[in-house]
Amino acid sequence: MQYTSPVREPLVLRQMHKNDRKTTMHDITDDICRQVEAAPNMRWMIALGISLVVLAWGSYTLYRTWFFGIGEWGLNKTVGWAWDITNFVWWVGIGHAGTLISAVLLLFRQKWRASINRSAEAMTIFAVLCAGSFILMHMGRPWLAHWALPLPNTYGSLWVNFNSPLVWDVFAISTYLTVSLVFWYMGLIPDLATIRERAKNPISKFVYGLMSFGWDGSTKTWARYEMMSLVLAGVSTPLVLSVHTIVSFDFATSVIPGWHTTIFPPYFVAGAIFSGFAMVLTLMLITRYVFKLEPYITLAHIESMNKIILVTGSIVGVAYITEFFIAWYSGVPYEQYAFINRMFGPYWWAYWAMMSCNVISPQFFWFKSMRTNIYATFALSIVVNIGMWFERFVIIVTSLHRDYLPSSWVMFWPTYVDIGDYLFSFGFFFTCFFLFAKFLPVINMAEVKTILNSSTREAGEEYTKEEHIGETKTATAHLF
Amino acid sequence: MSDTKKNFLVGVFDEESVLVSAVHKIREKGVKIHEVYTPYPVHDLDVHLGYKRTRLARAAFLFAITGTTLAILMQTYMLGFAWPMIIGGKDFVSVPDFVPVTFELTVLIGSLGMVATFLISNGLGPGKQAIMFDPRSTDDKYVMAIELGNNTKFTKEQITQILMENGVSEKPQEKEV
Repeated sequence: MQYTSPVREPLVLRQMHKNDRKTTMHDITDDICRQVEAAPNMRWMIALGISLVVLAWGSYTLYRTWFFGIGEWGLNKTVGWAWDITNFVWWVGIGHAGTLISAVLLLFRQKWRASINRSAEAMTIFAVLCAGSFILMHMGRPWLAHWALPLPNTYGSLWVNFNSPLVWDVFAISTYLTVSLVFWYMGLIPDLATIRERAKNPISKFVYGLMSFGWDGSTKTWARYEMMSLVLAGVSTPLVLSVHTIVSFDFATSVIPGWHTTIFPPYFVAGAIFSGFAMVLTLMLITRYVFKLEPYITLAHIESMNKIILVTGSIVGVAYITEFFIAWYSGVPYEQYAFINRMFGPYWWAYWAMMSCNVISPQFFWFKSMRTNIYATFALSIVVNIGMWFERFVIIVTSLHRDYLPSSWVMFWPTYVDIGDYLFSFGFFFTCFFLFAKFLPVINMAEVKTILNSSTREAGEEYTKEEHIGETKTATAHLF
Repeated sequence: MSDTKKNFLVGVFDEESVLVSAVHKIREKGVKIHEVYTPYPVHDLDVHLGYKRTRLARAAFLFAITGTTLAILMQTYMLGFAWPMIIGGKDFVSVPDFVPVTFELTVLIGSLGMVATFLISNGLGPGKQAIMFDPRSTDDKYVMAIELGNNTKFTKEQITQILMENGVSEKPQEKEV
């Protein structure tokens, strides 16, 4: 016996331009392969061009960072860790949504993940690479980066210190990057085979043939593939939670007031999912507009993601308040001062930017009209990411800039090299994302095909044409 | 790939439900199905075809515990024996501190090992050529291949007839692979 819930929105919409018939599997193949097969359009080239310009400028400041050293940054004796670590934690946080969507939502059988997981995972990988770039930058001497690995160094058998959260970070980030990359690529193989079979040009036939690993779609392969996806999802779920937990250990295992809190791991993980989903929404709304993916990325998808933003944003809000309460309740004057200083000290603007962007703004998503409004979602997704950047800045800089000795109290201000390095990561991220969106299928065709039958409504089924036209209109509301 | 070519009869289906019932009926008649190719994983099709449950999860578990063991041995050797150092007054072999790296290596080696097993067991890898009975099986068709040499009890016409009775959407074609 099968029961189909009547309230659930369809995940694949019928398409008006195709005479309003039910979307078929062949439509999915056509719609998704089209942008891979077509010549790049002007809009895409302009977008890629802008990313490359930003990347070029960032590469110049990166050259200054590495050639002249991190003295080019705004760091000083009191604040020895600021902009780079803020960006690192911010990017790692953004990198949490992809694997969460592909792993946790797979385990919870959330079928709406099918059309967004591919680009969310790609985003994860690029975001983790950006995070990694800040680790390399702040080393000052990136050519010695392999010293972070457990290799015997030149001077004897002195090993890395496994008691240090920074070494845990090396393992956590590199495992996360590797497993996410493998998960993403394995998901791509069946779709690459589809493109290979459609390819007319011998070069693309060769390249996609090489990349699709000889996939034939046999039942035996699919059965093993499904088992592999399930196990990968099973191990990736604790992995996602562990990565940001370990990132939070970078701070939580220290004895700095404002950092030394046991609430950090869950608080960081919730914040990571929060900012990750916001970034997924920002990119998804642009991709859906540029590649006309409205029938696949529907308002139901956007609404589901907004609900996750609301939940995780509220968890983050509770964490901020708990932190404050614990600082007061601890009776430790240093801890109390750190928090009063955050709120009313010289960085009050950063604190209040964080509070308003992260705690107040997601509360709009209690209203369905806001959750299903594309403009509001797009604006709020950017606001959330600004807020999450300020969260890391507040935690890191305000806890350091007024230490135990008032004579060494200073302010941290970024230099143009700091800002350029941040732009470098943006240039890198968007360049990668645009290349991905052009040359690889942005939606997992095989997975959307599995949900096609259960999730498209038959014509005339308690779903009027007027409703549908209304929905398509909202769905195609132009962003720009 | 062996040089000897084999003859297959290729049936193309349009609907998942038709395919699944056809698989049952064709197998009941005693025809051996070589393989079914689908654009997406059809739920439980491997069970309908009578395949054994994959043991990939066990392979993953074995790789994972290998990772756990290696991680514990590595950290214990490096900090406990190779160059013991007092760090923050902790023991040389400080087990709680080894948990994060042990966990990460368990996941890393477990998943990489499983993916490698998956690729090897299916003969997948860069440069491998797929044998496609019908290229539409990566788009919107379900393709069933029946090896004629493996079904000597039936003539080609009989198998064609069985396929036609069970809902193929076009006349089955013979293909040499």
